[in-house]
Amino acid sequence: MNGNPQLSPEGKLKHLLTIEGLPPSILFHILDTAANFEHVAQQEIKKVPHLQGKSVFNLFFEASTRTRTTFEIAAKRLSADVINLNVNASSQSKGETLLDTVDNLSAMQADMFVVRHAESGAAHLIANHVAPGIHVINAGDGRHAHPTQALLDMYTIRHFKRRFENLKVAIVGDVLHSRVARSQIHALTTLRVPEVRVIGPKTLIPRDVEQLGVRVFHDMTQGLRDVDVVIMLRLQNERMNGALLPSRDEYFKYYGLTPAKLARAKPDAIVMHPGPMNRGVEIASEVADGVQSVILKQVTFGIAVRMAVMSILAGERVGNFS
Amino acid sequence: MKIQITNGRVINPSSGLDEVQDVFIAAGKVVGIGQGPASFAPNRVIDARHKIVMPGLVDLSARLREPGFEYLATLESEMFAATVGGVTSLSCPPDTDPPLDEPGLVEMLKHRAKGRNQTNVYPIGALTQQLQGSRLTEMGELRDAGCVAFSQANVPVMDTQVLARALDYAATFGFTVWLQPQDGHLARGGVAHDGEVAARLGLPAIPTCAETIALSTILHLVRHTRARVHLCRLSSAAGLDLVRSAKAEGLPVTCDVSVNHLHLSEHDIGYFNPHCRLVPPLRSLRDRDALRAGLADGTVDALVSDHSPVDAEYKQVPFEAAETGATGLELLLPLALQWARQDGIPLAQALSRITADPARILGVPAGQIGPGSPADLCIFNPEQEWVVSPQTLKSQGKNTPFLNLPLLGKVSHTIVGGFLIYEDARA
Repeated sequence: MNGNPQLSPEGKLKHLLTIEGLPPSILFHILDTAANFEHVAQQEIKKVPHLQGKSVFNLFFEASTRTRTTFEIAAKRLSADVINLNVNASSQSKGETLLDTVDNLSAMQADMFVVRHAESGAAHLIANHVAPGIHVINAGDGRHAHPTQALLDMYTIRHFKRRFENLKVAIVGDVLHSRVARSQIHALTTLRVPEVRVIGPKTLIPRDVEQLGVRVFHDMTQGLRDVDVVIMLRLQNERMNGALLPSRDEYFKYYGLTPAKLARAKPDAIVMHPGPMNRGVEIASEVADGVQSVILKQVTFGIAVRMAVMSILAGERVGNFS
Repeated sequence: MKIQITNGRVINPSSGLDEVQDVFIAAGKVVGIGQGPASFAPNRVIDARHKIVMPGLVDLSARLREPGFEYLATLESEMFAATVGGVTSLSCPPDTDPPLDEPGLVEMLKHRAKGRNQTNVYPIGALTQQLQGSRLTEMGELRDAGCVAFSQANVPVMDTQVLARALDYAATFGFTVWLQPQDGHLARGGVAHDGEVAARLGLPAIPTCAETIALSTILHLVRHTRARVHLCRLSSAAGLDLVRSAKAEGLPVTCDVSVNHLHLSEHDIGYFNPHCRLVPPLRSLRDRDALRAGLADGTVDALVSDHSPVDAEYKQVPFEAAETGATGLELLLPLALQWARQDGIPLAQALSRITADPARILGVPAGQIGPGSPADLCIFNPEQEWVVSPQTLKSQGKNTPFLNLPLLGKVSHTIVGGFLIYEDARA
């Protein structure tokens, strides 16, 4: 239970649970593989046979439309059979435990689980439990990790900036509750981005986050100075009014991305957001829809990156097949 | 039953005795050390060559899970685990279901525990009704039923006025109040130390000041009421500093740490190891080292198992949802020995923290071997290695962060009230 269970003894990827602990070579392998899959969407028949005959279970214990849909599209383009389960609505309400649910689905010859759960560590728990040969992809566990989101973000950054070794990247907003931010931080530091900054009020920045290799800023105008990439995080509704933040208006005033604040970044800086956006809360519409925004490209790249992860886990021959 | 223990190295921490001697037991008492009574004719001779003979362990916190949580463990299973661990006296916190807040419940527990010649059980009564922190329990009645102190287990009293009155009332009768210092508001929803690991794993955090704020409140109230307070399960260096100065000031306080916090830190959570889901949370390495130093210099009076058996089902869930606690009765002795070995603590001093010192806090005649003392003893082989596993553990709870680790020190005999109640021929 204590080891990093996503790598086989030979260092091959068995599960994708977190970016933490993965070597740069695996991250680059996923990004390169995704680049090959980008063509599939442009083909007349948007399918390749990599996962033919395999069953992929989208096991979502927490509501999600976008992530589940992109995983579903990715699996279908790889010719897998896809089964979507919204578990909140069925067995959990009947008192079945998480691992009971997984056992039952394993008995239906699942090959791969894509798991979203509201509690940190759920994907590790499942990965430690399933039979060898079944692969688990973490599609978001509590505040812990969302590795495919981070990988598609890295793909987007590489697409626009080409290399990682000379970048300054700022992650802005609710880092404390964000699995996306944690995975991005691990991915950026693993890929040798020399300066990763996190920006937010003290109530939304975890204590000791510097230990993960980031610089902390509470003043957004300072934090955005000369950065190449600005990643905005979603602020959940329930955090907006209470003891963490006084109001959405005040949040927007200090931490919302406006054209004026973006002007502090490099002129060619790109703006990213994992979605779904709260316009007027963490990002102004002029920026979200502006020329520096690459937010919709992230979504497109997300499919190719998830295809890459699934095909690598399934152990299929990966190459350029366009 | 007359027993003669021969050739063992007898360590009695409270008197400083540490010699190879024979121990003579009759009618439930130790009747001689070195020299037995004239014409002593033992029914049983125990050869303790290469072993250590010591007072039975006194454990200040062992959850027996009765009444109410028999699906986690039963009195039988956990009392047996105690004897296997060499524990001859234990106190159990009141967080049962229902809580130990009525004399009838305490009498029933005492009666069930007394069934056979077994480990002595000293119940801790609830300080407030239902542990809800609003109305006081009948402490006098509970004491008469057998409670030796009063506590909230790990449920904080949120209302400081209630806490002040509870301490005042307890002080009226000279009762000791046991409090686990953790601010209920700051700890709300938290499952891990507010540090690097919580930041990395995305776990809701509990800051160190949850402990220091609660401690400050308690210590001010002790100053105000002069109630005697035992502070349970310290977790931080900063908390320990507060206790150290309170003791220097002469406040009537004592404190303990658990074996888990003595040996582990937040880093042992690794990738969500649910066995490290503990209350209070495991803190930093610096905190752990301060607790070890505090136990050595006596700022921390006692080492406890904080035994909390949990069924695997309640641990095989995401970390945040996991039931808290670890099994520990069988680990108290070997983990005390490990601490002594690693930190160069004299053996008698280390053993004092699990015998004479906790007995003093409980106020019961236990934790020592001397002429006329109750014959509660433990004999162990300090060189025997064993591996912590679901097979070797006798507690119904197999939940411990030390699972699969080899430990040194195995109990071979446990004697309670002059009766040999446990024997392991292989130890």
